Amino acid sequence: MKLRSWLLALVCISACGWAQAVTLRVANQGDAQSMDPHSLNESLQLTFTSNIYEPLVARDKKLGLSPGLATKWTQTKPTVWRFELRHGVNFQDGTPFTADDVVFSINRAAGPGSDMQSYTSSFKEVRKIDAYTVEIETTTPFPILPDSLTNLYMMSKKWCEDNKATTPVDRRKGIENAASFRANGTGPYRLKERQPSSRTVLVRNGTYWGKVDGNVDEVIFTPIGNAATRVAALLSGEVDLMEPVPLQDVERIKASPALKVMQGPELRTIFLGMDQKRDELLFSNIKGKNPFKDKRVRQAFYQAIDIETIKTRVMRGASLPTALMVGPGVRGFSPEQNKRLPYDVEAAKKLMAEAGYASGFEVGMNCPNDRYVNDADICQAVAANLARIGVKVNLQTETKVSYFPKILRRDTSFYLLGWTPSTYDAHNALSSLIATPNDKGQGQFNLGSYSNPKVDELTVKIQGETDQAKRNAMIKEAFDLHSEDIGHLPLHQQALAWAMKKNIDLTQLPDNYMPYRWVTVK
Amino acid sequence: MLRIVVQQRLQMLAFILRRFAQAIAVMLAVAFIAFMLFQYVGDPVTNLLGQDATPAQREQLRADLGLDKPFPLQFVRFVGNALQGEFGLSLRQGRKVSSLLVERFPATLELSLVAAFLALLLGLPMGVYAALRRGSFLSQLLMTLSLLGVSLPTFLIGILLILVFAVLLQWLPSFGRGELTDLGGWVTGFLSVDGWKHLILPATTLAVFQLTLIMRLVRAEMLEVLRTDFIRFARARGLPNRVVYFGHALKNTLVPVITITGLQLGSLIAFSIITEQVFQWPGMGLLFIQAVTFADIPVMAAYLCVIALVFVSINLIVDLLYFVVDPRLRAEPGSKAH
Repeated sequence: MKLRSWLLALVCISACGWAQAVTLRVANQGDAQSMDPHSLNESLQLTFTSNIYEPLVARDKKLGLSPGLATKWTQTKPTVWRFELRHGVNFQDGTPFTADDVVFSINRAAGPGSDMQSYTSSFKEVRKIDAYTVEIETTTPFPILPDSLTNLYMMSKKWCEDNKATTPVDRRKGIENAASFRANGTGPYRLKERQPSSRTVLVRNGTYWGKVDGNVDEVIFTPIGNAATRVAALLSGEVDLMEPVPLQDVERIKASPALKVMQGPELRTIFLGMDQKRDELLFSNIKGKNPFKDKRVRQAFYQAIDIETIKTRVMRGASLPTALMVGPGVRGFSPEQNKRLPYDVEAAKKLMAEAGYASGFEVGMNCPNDRYVNDADICQAVAANLARIGVKVNLQTETKVSYFPKILRRDTSFYLLGWTPSTYDAHNALSSLIATPNDKGQGQFNLGSYSNPKVDELTVKIQGETDQAKRNAMIKEAFDLHSEDIGHLPLHQQALAWAMKKNIDLTQLPDNYMPYRWVTVK
Repeated sequence: MLRIVVQQRLQMLAFILRRFAQAIAVMLAVAFIAFMLFQYVGDPVTNLLGQDATPAQREQLRADLGLDKPFPLQFVRFVGNALQGEFGLSLRQGRKVSSLLVERFPATLELSLVAAFLALLLGLPMGVYAALRRGSFLSQLLMTLSLLGVSLPTFLIGILLILVFAVLLQWLPSFGRGELTDLGGWVTGFLSVDGWKHLILPATTLAVFQLTLIMRLVRAEMLEVLRTDFIRFARARGLPNRVVYFGHALKNTLVPVITITGLQLGSLIAFSIITEQVFQWPGMGLLFIQAVTFADIPVMAAYLCVIALVFVSINLIVDLLYFVVDPRLRAEPGSKAH
């Protein structure tokens, strides 16, 4: 009798507890490196901390701009933007959010140790006008300034000062920083527990100012690095939601009656680049000249790549072939421009012959093997494609920690790269990937040094153009010139793959952000 | 008489000192080789800064971290800091490497200890059985299975166990340590049912190789001992089989088994890397793997030094035990004639 009532009580506690609190257990390939929102400009880090911290300007479910901690923003002069702050917002420790926090946070993000400096590099001054108004003055006209603030989260000045965290952790000085493992934001969730690389727990912030669409009260986030274990954890019901799903397991998860897979395009564009600067390629058997300087060779490479087979075989359907260096969802993308040159081996052979390489040549290719979805396999497929036009590709695949330093030294002739514009705007891709490299950071990832002065000129103009229609026309023109030159060989946008229990409803964003406030467990 | 005792003590002290000197040389060699290897693991700077950082920022960070220095200089700096017990900050997590290691060590040690016990507890009787009932069906089966255990790679065993016990049967969890209790700095999973449940699969995975090793070793040693004269005499004295096998034969088998088990504990700690990676077990091995994929040099260097220290200390203890156990080692050169 006693036992039975005990059991009943237990059942009730667990059942009633379940009805009251909705827990979401999430597994991801990696972990957020730190809880400090300014320490690393990387998407997992930013999407995780965005549940705790918030920007002035937020993004809605279609990646459009929406009011965050600022309710209104206007460009008062070409170089000045004014932000009206939201009233009545408190940080999770109870201190009110004011203009002082904004000035402090932006300066913190622009300061030493921060990895967010690229967003603030053209800021001249951040001014407090009154307690709820802030102005940002830039050195040059900055029409998309609100777009570049969506990843810049607001911290409490008082909390940072009290916790000696007024700058992000400086790894050089060997001093730990409280903001790396504690957090105090204005967002819908607060940090309850943090065990790096094993478990991070978020709970709903009861005093959140905004509306929360979802019903998740508690999030338990676990990194599971091994893909097979991550899939197993979902299949066995130990986690409710996980990403990324290895492409070979998509069908298997879909076959399970309790689970589903959500796939959608990601903003990231995967493409190939070619050294077009050196007079002789570093890794090729052609001496004394650089075949990639000849547009016919670049076009032959383009047309020799069987992108549809790469999509069906290598990517198992989870890719969107592209002709542009930015994908749908990025401002400046235009569908009518997104037309690839046809896959045509005969035409490619003819172009090679015209360029004087009828019997092909050898070229070294560099490729990461742990950075993008099936990256090394893509390169192998490309190498096989190119063999059909007589090009012998000497493929070198390696881990990202050795790959990126190497290609950033431009120690390559032919390479694969993926890019997501951090501002969701085409200008970022133009200036990082396509503009001629200079010592001010422009063209930093234009690793083959493609160069067209007209495109450079347009890139500079686009940055300062405030008229959106004119600006879009210039972006279109720049992309047309780049496509005409075959400056790079765009491949595809890879697809996101998230897997979850069937009773979970959520919004999948193409930038791979997963705000827990938009997750509903039915 | 007293003189002899003093002399023995001095000899022992000299032996220990010599061992310590050797240990330090080994540690230095490990650290040096580790640093040489770091030249090839890659560059953490591209991981530390996002895609929009400028080349100047990257160069600055590289210089500030001392990564632009030639490796002998980096090495000297590391040794200087390590002597003060300071390994610096993890580049990946921005936290003290020493506290990261202290935090992760209990997980690895608990896993390794349970795996070692499991291997010993099962391997010993299985080995004895295989030796005594040589040729029987069961011992043939055990020997065949042990071949599988020796040759199957750890990650495959781990994945198979997960597939069977976590996905199909859903009896046991597939990742992590489960519910933990903090005993003032030592976070243990031993005190909760959930913690033990999480321990079963990884510990089994880790134990399989050791188990088969111990089993085969016990069997071989046992067969060897059973052939010796004193067993024959024991039989001749009419002792029952039980006493002959377990009182005499097994006892004499155990000496090498214990030595090997002790040494294997070191390799269990060091090579739990794969098991920890498969089961997302938050131990030092996982920390090391994550450090490698990030080129987190301070963590890698500290980990290798700690593992070297573990091996060196276990070897030292084993040597000292020999010194105690084996009188021949203690004997002075002149007294060999006895």
